[in-house]
Amino acid sequence: MNLKIRYFGLLAEITNRSEETVAFSKSSVSDLLELLFEKYPELKEKDFQVAQDLEIVSKDTLLLESEIALLPPFSGG
Amino acid sequence: MSRYSRHIVLDEIGQAGQEKISQAKVLVIGAGGLGCPALQYLTAAGIGIIGIIDFDIVEESNLQRQILFGTSSLGINKAIAAKNRLEDLNPTINIKAFAEKLTPRNALDLFEGYDIIVDGTDNFAARYLINDASILSNKPVVYGAIYKFEGQVSVFNYQNGPSYRCLFATPPKEGSVANCSEVGVLGVLPGIIGTMQANEVIKIILGFDNVLSGKLFCFNARTSETITLKITKSASEIENVKALEDSFSNLDLDSFCESPVAEISVEEAIQLGNSLFIDVRELGEKPSVELVNCIQIPLGKLEQELDQIDSEKNKILFCQTGIRSRKAVKILQEHSQHNCYNLKGGAETILAHQKLEIK
Repeated sequence: MNLKIRYFGLLAEITNRSEETVAFSKSSVSDLLELLFEKYPELKEKDFQVAQDLEIVSKDTLLLESEIALLPPFSGG
Repeated sequence: MSRYSRHIVLDEIGQAGQEKISQAKVLVIGAGGLGCPALQYLTAAGIGIIGIIDFDIVEESNLQRQILFGTSSLGINKAIAAKNRLEDLNPTINIKAFAEKLTPRNALDLFEGYDIIVDGTDNFAARYLINDASILSNKPVVYGAIYKFEGQVSVFNYQNGPSYRCLFATPPKEGSVANCSEVGVLGVLPGIIGTMQANEVIKIILGFDNVLSGKLFCFNARTSETITLKITKSASEIENVKALEDSFSNLDLDSFCESPVAEISVEEAIQLGNSLFIDVRELGEKPSVELVNCIQIPLGKLEQELDQIDSEKNKILFCQTGIRSRKAVKILQEHSQHNCYNLKGGAETILAHQKLEIK
């Protein structure tokens, strides 16, 4: 399946893009993260949440043919 | 009153709505990039009592975005400078300035006097402190946070909704997220996000539907894109905070920004297997716990007696209430020991569990 992935905050700086589409065959969010960590090793050091179809989900959630967002915490004010 | 006539003429507000606004008590924490615009609109709207807490002073580099302040405010405490300017904006309301830092010691007392808390702080320790104190005092928090060109807005702990810890359970690793002073921020961004926070405050006061509870609104000032993500409540995160109630005011502010300590229940610890229970109370403290796989090392001696601990095991640390054992977990973590857990409920829960097993 094709997944559209959106990166927020400093994650967009690490990946050098605000979004991309990846072809992916495995099933869960954590599988996807493994792939992304290989592609962008720096991501592994960062804290973030994952949203699928606009809903924050846990790492064991099964992927749908959907839009994924990677969202880091912001502290600034 | 002609001051609020443009509110009162709205069917959705009216005289009754404006009356609610004038009865409301709102605490704004941090009079910086987010706090300033929030304060300006809340003051203009006629919120009855506004508290402002900030320990910082106005610096020249703040003026690019904190437009409540002018050059005449330089060097003055932000809470006091804000109060001075806001009293001119609306002298009919009551504004209280607290020129101090929000700490676990003063947070609960301070929150007591307000209905709604606005988080306009700029660091994770303060954000987790505000979240936890708002859970303990049962107040909604209107949250805003920014990074360079991006902002987030949400309302936490509103009518039993999710809290900040339901979104991000624990603070990120130190240094992994930079703040505005290190990386810069587009000046207009906190103006937008802080104004949205003021809007959420007004929505809550007026009882509007669709408060941003359970939702995280994200805005990108560079692309003008917005996205709203759904947040699910995690009851266990909220329970963990409630468990701190008795010890809260004695906690160290830094403890809100440290690497997380994993908590474990006695049932989970037993299920985990391959475990070593470590009693970090002083020798002879009651109730005494007898377990096969349990050793006792008082907290003060832990660093000298690390060689007693089998690093291959899952280490379950306990004391009376969980405070000393929490420190003990941190000490072990500092010595690169992995798989360390703080036992929820302390020695008593082991005894209670043993009794249950015998029955």
